[in-house]
Amino acid sequence: MRYKSQKVAYWFFALSMLLLTLQIVYGFVMGFDRIGWQGLHDYIPFNTARAVHTNLLVMWLLSGFMGAAYYIIPEESEHELVNVKLAYIQLIAFALVGVAAIVGYHFNYWEGRKFLEIPRPLDWLVVVDVLTFLGLILATIYAGKKKTTTSLVLAMGLLFAALLYLPGMIWFDNQTMDSFFRWWVVHLWVEGVWELIMGGILAFLLIKITGVDREVIEKWLYVIVGLTFISGILGTGHHYYYIGVGKIWLIVGGIFSALEPLAFLGMALFAVAMYRKGEKKHPNKIALSWTLGTAIVSFVGAGLLGMAHTLPQVNMYTHGTLVTAMHGHLAFWGAYAMIVLAIISYAMPNLTGRKLYDSNRGVLAFWLSNIGMLGMTVAFGVAGVAQVYLERKVGLEFGVVQQEIEVHFVILLICATMFATGICLYLYEFIKYGTPNDEALQLN
Amino acid sequence: MLSKSQARTFFLGGTAVTFLIFLGLSWNSLSNEVPKQTHPENLTPQVIAGKQLWEANNCMGCHTILGEGAYYAPELTKVVERRGEGYIKAVLMSKEPWQPRGRKMVAYGFSDEQAMQLIEFLKWIGNTDLNGFPPKPDYQQSTQNTTK
Ligand code: HEC
Ligand code: HEM
Ligand code: HEM
Ligand SMILES: [Fe+2]
Repeated sequence: MRYKSQKVAYWFFALSMLLLTLQIVYGFVMGFDRIGWQGLHDYIPFNTARAVHTNLLVMWLLSGFMGAAYYIIPEESEHELVNVKLAYIQLIAFALVGVAAIVGYHFNYWEGRKFLEIPRPLDWLVVVDVLTFLGLILATIYAGKKKTTTSLVLAMGLLFAALLYLPGMIWFDNQTMDSFFRWWVVHLWVEGVWELIMGGILAFLLIKITGVDREVIEKWLYVIVGLTFISGILGTGHHYYYIGVGKIWLIVGGIFSALEPLAFLGMALFAVAMYRKGEKKHPNKIALSWTLGTAIVSFVGAGLLGMAHTLPQVNMYTHGTLVTAMHGHLAFWGAYAMIVLAIISYAMPNLTGRKLYDSNRGVLAFWLSNIGMLGMTVAFGVAGVAQVYLERKVGLEFGVVQQEIEVHFVILLICATMFATGICLYLYEFIKYGTPNDEALQLN
Repeated sequence: MLSKSQARTFFLGGTAVTFLIFLGLSWNSLSNEVPKQTHPENLTPQVIAGKQLWEANNCMGCHTILGEGAYYAPELTKVVERRGEGYIKAVLMSKEPWQPRGRKMVAYGFSDEQAMQLIEFLKWIGNTDLNGFPPKPDYQQSTQNTTK
């Protein structure tokens, strides 16, 4: 840590860890529900559990991204954050809006649009909060001595993410239009601007951990985010195949979304190549594992498993089945969950001044959570492929098919337990680091 | 070898070009395709009230529609065709959780009027031209053909 104001990042990371824990609890509620344990149905029906699970996911990732920005931007710009008090207010406001939304979901207060369940009045509070955050970040970059590519790409990703939230707030009478613009948020986030955020954080970590020259890393960063947008913007078409718009999207969406894995492949090759090239061997091995891990697992989850169902001929059958859930889990985990866990692993020793990074517990956390998540992905995948064949090829009833595939959810729960054990170990390490302090300023 | 400024040009140029094409195609979809494929002229106040009920209760948190939503309960785009109005009305007005096979739906106990609004919404969505989705099951058809 070089700047006092970087400490605010810690509290965003702490909020992030808390929300992650809750997300997993609701994941288990849904998993048990699917093997027939519906004891909570009267209080937490499946749709409540699902909205809470996915919204907590988005919230903990956003909290992690904001923490990452508050950590990275002062260091890159060589300038204290312009207003630290406002950053704390912004954190508390973010947490309050999030809690209000989550509580509301338990009382039928929501807008049932997948991933965008937050009711519109609360949406406006989100907008104000995010604008405050962006104001602080952009003002710090502006006031700073240096405007590095890494910080610009990160800030650009955050800015566009905020702008793209807006089309999701418009009301449409027509379900097709509603869906059309819902994807401007959901798709253009995860397969567009969030990749800029991921790329920015990844570049920062690689510069710090491998010691490779900034010019080289930042050049490749441009190539990767270029590939992202060139494929990802028109790749939105892979969600427009079957929602009531024209057949041109079958061609445009099919071709461009099939190119999307290139950006993730680029990211994986880039991270591994920089690691090989690096002279400096940073002692924080755990941060290195998460950094290389995120680059590789995102390629598998987003790139390969996305490719598996993105062609229109395949998507006709897999659209809206558990195959999508398979891909959704490994993609979110590999690309966005792991990058947040990577920056936290890197930042904690620097924020607190305690160098606890060569513990076996941290290594175990990495492997248990990753193997657990891979197992969950396989369980969802087997259930999904069986569902596709029985329901869409053979023509059995939905409910009958669900009974056939119930057993795969037992496997899912076993793997989820392994995953959750890994996350518990990660949390234990996080807590052991304690809180940030100014003595850590001299270190690093 | 590629220089950093060339890489930046690739990023900015590529983004601008694909973004403009995307806006053009979107414009075309919304102004030409949506009116033909979704029949907006049939969006009666009842259908719209149905959509509001659909959202206010987050039916998408268990079901899919247009293939979007959750994978816990049946896809509903063609449900009127599949089950008929009477069946759906029974599901929606049930005061006990609907559970033909053990898995529970929320017991909404809708009024007759609300149930009809939701059914009108589902009828409207069932008439949307979805480029062939949901697919007709292959094997079911072939068994039907051989029994003819
Ligand atoms: C908690 C999850 C849940 C929610 C929320 C939910 N449903 Fe259901 N729904 C189910 C289940 C489970 C079934 C029965 C599946 C079966 O046949 O085994 C069902 C069945 C149906 C059916 C009959 C479908 C068929 O093919 O047999 C209709 C129609 C329906 N629901 C409409 C709705 C509407 C409209 C809403 C929102 C107001 C809604 N559901 C909310 C879980 C849910
Ligand atoms: C990190 C990046 C990615 C994440 C986090 C992600 C996540 C998701 C999620 C959550 C969904 C479900 C969305 C919904 O129904 O509302 C989804 C759908 C989909 N994704 Fe991705 N994805 C990523 C990258 C990709 C890539 C690169 C491809 C293609 C190569 C792809 C192809 C698809 C397709 C085709 C669907 C639609 C599935 C359906 O028809 O039901 N994804 N993705
Ligand atoms: C204990 C671990 C977990 C369990 C048991 C679990 C289970 C589930 C279940 C049952 C669903 C609903 C699928 C459906 O609609 O039927 C779901 C949705 C989802 N979960 Fe998890 N989950 C877990 C952890 C996670 C984690 C760690 C992430 C992110 C990294 C995640 C991301 C998602 C996403 C993105 C969806 C929506 C998928 C889609 O719409 O296609 N889950 N989860
Ligand atoms: Fe997508």
